[in-house]
Amino acid sequence: MLLASTLTTNLAILVLAGFIGFVVISKVPNTLHTPLMSGTNAIHGIVLLGGLLIVGFSGNGTFNKIILVIAIAFGTINVVGGFLVTDRMLEMFKSKPGRDSGKGDQEKKP
Amino acid sequence: MSAPPLASSFLQSQSFLDVLYIIAFALFIQGLRGLSGPTTAVRGNRIAAVGMTLAVIATLLNRNEGNWGLIVLGIALGTAVGVPAARQVKMTAMPQMVALFNGVGGGAVFLISWSEFRLTHGYQDTATYITIFSLFAAIVGSVSFWGSNIAFGKLQEIIPGRPISLGSGQQIVNLLLLILAVAAAVDIASGAHSQGIFIGMLICAALLGNAVVFPIGGADMPVVISMLNAFTGLSAAATGIALNNPALIVAGMIVGASGSILTNLMAVAMNRSIPAIIAGGFGGGGAVEGAEGAGEHAGTVKSTSAQDAAIQLAYASRVVIVPGYGMAVAQAQHAVRELTKELEKRGVEVSYAIHPVAGRMPGHMNVLLAEADVPYDQLNEMEEANQEFGRTDVSLVIGANDVTNPAAKTNPSSPIYGMPILEVNESHSVIVIKRSMNPGFAGIENELYYDPKTAMLFGDAKSAVSEITAALAEL
Repeated sequence: MLLASTLTTNLAILVLAGFIGFVVISKVPNTLHTPLMSGTNAIHGIVLLGGLLIVGFSGNGTFNKIILVIAIAFGTINVVGGFLVTDRMLEMFKSKPGRDSGKGDQEKKP
Repeated sequence: MSAPPLASSFLQSQSFLDVLYIIAFALFIQGLRGLSGPTTAVRGNRIAAVGMTLAVIATLLNRNEGNWGLIVLGIALGTAVGVPAARQVKMTAMPQMVALFNGVGGGAVFLISWSEFRLTHGYQDTATYITIFSLFAAIVGSVSFWGSNIAFGKLQEIIPGRPISLGSGQQIVNLLLLILAVAAAVDIASGAHSQGIFIGMLICAALLGNAVVFPIGGADMPVVISMLNAFTGLSAAATGIALNNPALIVAGMIVGASGSILTNLMAVAMNRSIPAIIAGGFGGGGAVEGAEGAGEHAGTVKSTSAQDAAIQLAYASRVVIVPGYGMAVAQAQHAVRELTKELEKRGVEVSYAIHPVAGRMPGHMNVLLAEADVPYDQLNEMEEANQEFGRTDVSLVIGANDVTNPAAKTNPSSPIYGMPILEVNESHSVIVIKRSMNPGFAGIENELYYDPKTAMLFGDAKSAVSEITAALAEL
């Protein structure tokens, strides 16, 4: 129940996701490397789900509860903080009046 | 029977959950695609955030077990810490913020593995592969947690930025810690149920995380944060396999793959191999050499004033600005933009030369200059910029150090030898704005400062640039 088994399916998903990661990310220009790192950083905050899933099984052990609350809190910081910080960074790249022509040129560069 | 139970049973069916997860990771991928262009990036990030919200909601819908109070408590705590931190952090402190957020992600991973261990009483009645992935997540998550925290401490200057290492024994110690952690994991996977062994494994991994990052000097720090980011992604994917959760597997693996690419790109930009960086000690020997170099060169540094610098810039026809971490620390990007405007009014052609690893993260300078509304077409990447230095009258170096050090091309004994640099020394004259003669984050002396055509303007980047702008206005 807690730890189910479908190894080959999951490994296939793992490998395919790896390739998608390579393909999608290879196209990101230098300029956006910092927001990219920050954005992917927020995405791995998805470990939060792990905490949400197993906290139901923590039984009565106080220690189990404490580490899972910390895990959920950590995951939440990772997700919420990560997306907000990335958003703040990227807001600066948004088009502002009078800058549009410059930006258009930049995008045409390979 | 009645509608509500039917609806709730549908909401909790495995296939409905899986569909939500598939939508969620399609949104992640679409979001990351959006990050590949400046105009789509904001939307891309938000799409990914929507995907994350969906994944969380799907997970909450599907759970039957209690302990909702703990979930609310954990999410409330995380939000209370994460939101203000993300809102208030200055743009210049972004790299350490990313390191910190990455660290807590790793922390969550190893805590979840630890819970799995405890809840199954040492992986009893658990498939071996699940045990293995859970243990892998525990080790990598712990390394990432501690490593990221040390990286945060170094960038925040809580811990000295210079390499701190055990010397030549460092690699043996690292290897020993890794072997111990893996041995403990093998022991557990082959049937040991003792929590002592598990905690021992976590401690070895924690020490390893410390031992890997402590010896790493400044210039390598962006590479390390990127690598730890990839580590946390991989450990999240491993957690996903242990919990049979496709959303975790996909999201974690995409981050693992992208982080690896980014790490490699950065290492290539610095002409260093990733193993060499992890083996550590960058600048360890270099600091000593640098100290000798300083003695050798002492007395040949020429310093200048804001007024002289203004005159020099005003009569140039082409100026290249080379920003570095010093500009970030001083929050000088707006002042730099003002200076550029003032120079352009006088018909001076101004552009910016951006080294791939200037600052503390790739793209760090681009973010700051974008904040100050510098048009993209004025920002030149390294290859482009290097072709232009030969016909540049004045290069204005603002708080950049190692990325301009000609020793990387000329001195085979320098620790940064072979790293591509901005060839500032090719321009007709150079003005360097710097707080003091202290060597850079990597602890290496910069020969550029002793070049006869270089003039040093000592001071805080922001006030120095503002003084030049004021002096220009008076000319």
